[in-house]
Amino acid sequence: MKKGVLLHEASDDVGVAVIDLKVGDEIGVVTLEGKDIKQIKLVSDVPLGHKVAMQDLPLNKHIIEYGRAIGYAAAPIAAGEHVHVHNIKSLRWAASKSKIFEK
Amino acid sequence: MDINKDFPLTGFRRANGRVGIRNHVLILSVDDISNAAVEGVANLIRGTVALPHPYGRLQYGADLELTFKTLIGTGRNPNVAAVIVIGIEPKWTDYIVKGIAETGKPVAGFSIERYGDLKTIEMASRKAKEFVQYATELPRVPVKWNEILVSAKCGESDTTSGLASNPTIGRVFERLEKLGNTLIFGETTEVTGAEDKIMEQCYTPEVAAQFKAAFDNYQEQVESQGVSLLGTQPTEGNIRGGLSTIEEKALGNVEKMGGCKVVSFLEPAEEPKIPGLHFMDSSSAAAEMVTLCCAAGAVLHLFATGQGNIIGNKIEPVIKLSANPLTVETMSEHIDVDITGLLRFDYNLDGAADRTMEVMAHTINGRLTNAETLHHDEFVITKLYRSA
Repeated sequence: MKKGVLLHEASDDVGVAVIDLKVGDEIGVVTLEGKDIKQIKLVSDVPLGHKVAMQDLPLNKHIIEYGRAIGYAAAPIAAGEHVHVHNIKSLRWAASKSKIFEK
Repeated sequence: MDINKDFPLTGFRRANGRVGIRNHVLILSVDDISNAAVEGVANLIRGTVALPHPYGRLQYGADLELTFKTLIGTGRNPNVAAVIVIGIEPKWTDYIVKGIAETGKPVAGFSIERYGDLKTIEMASRKAKEFVQYATELPRVPVKWNEILVSAKCGESDTTSGLASNPTIGRVFERLEKLGNTLIFGETTEVTGAEDKIMEQCYTPEVAAQFKAAFDNYQEQVESQGVSLLGTQPTEGNIRGGLSTIEEKALGNVEKMGGCKVVSFLEPAEEPKIPGLHFMDSSSAAAEMVTLCCAAGAVLHLFATGQGNIIGNKIEPVIKLSANPLTVETMSEHIDVDITGLLRFDYNLDGAADRTMEVMAHTINGRLTNAETLHHDEFVITKLYRSA
């Protein structure tokens, strides 16, 4: 199995591509501690350094990386999908305007 | 594993018991107009290090206090064996001399008024020669890992910083915390979005409150200039590299803490008083931050970089780590620890920390860092506001 995604925490919603990933690739996901976690099938291209969803993430869900929320899903995100500014937003940035933050 | 057996260290034990890993004889300017004399002495006497800088006249209040703390702290740093202080007039010169002399190391002050540069250079050079001969006779002695005061910061960060090089520093810090080391991190501006994580890792609510007050103060200062940090972070370059939100960028930065508890909040250039990890209120500009760490007594700095920051410091050696293959390849003369293997699954976080600590051991024992060999002698005083 080809490895290509690193996870900060085993329970994170997103991992980081350490090679350029293509739609249809089946890629091994490993933690920084070197533990094999799972295999993920890519549903979109994910460039090196960008994030990929580890599971289906419903709209408005807080997105967990480093074991903490880095933002929320601004659209439903599928497992294996590219996660970036087009589908997640900062909780801080929206703090004064967003109802999400108040929940 | 016993790290003190596996990687035995040597250093210079100073009169106050503190351990240095370098043995500099410093020629220190009190003020900008004394730089010529300082450089004159350093040019004449082999084995001295000149520390000129652009400030020290007509400063007042907190700004003057920080400049004094920075100059005194740099002289007090255990990497310094002895100090010559040169200023235009005797009062401020004596103040710096006294602050350094508390450590018990040899220090002598010279003021230029009533003598002129040439006479001052002659007198100071005779003393500097004496100090160099004193310093060059000091032996390296066995020291323990937990006697090494280590600071850390990142710069020119990219996704590899949060993914690999900052977590590697975090792992090294976790190990050193266990050994009883004193550790410093900071960058008050760059932790926006992860300040709650820092507060959760503060050892007491008081430390968390002190940190939060400094953090809020800095935010207000930035906003008073009509700028929103939230609107500027992450940068376009960060986004191209894969960072999506300000929280994500900040969380990658504070990975340097590892799981360590923050035992105290330090004012800029303040010496830590107890072992453990300390947060120092500081700018995120690399040279300013490392200069403040050095003034606080740190003798070795770990610097994580993605795109390739080339910072060094004259007194505190800076070890640079990178996990970006392009940076390691194109800027190899600047990178001391190549941890690109972490991203190739060649080894895990512990493997990356092992590699880093091996380089630290060599550096502590006297091997020059890349920044030291390249004359990266940055010394930048943090200026709080304009002079009178």
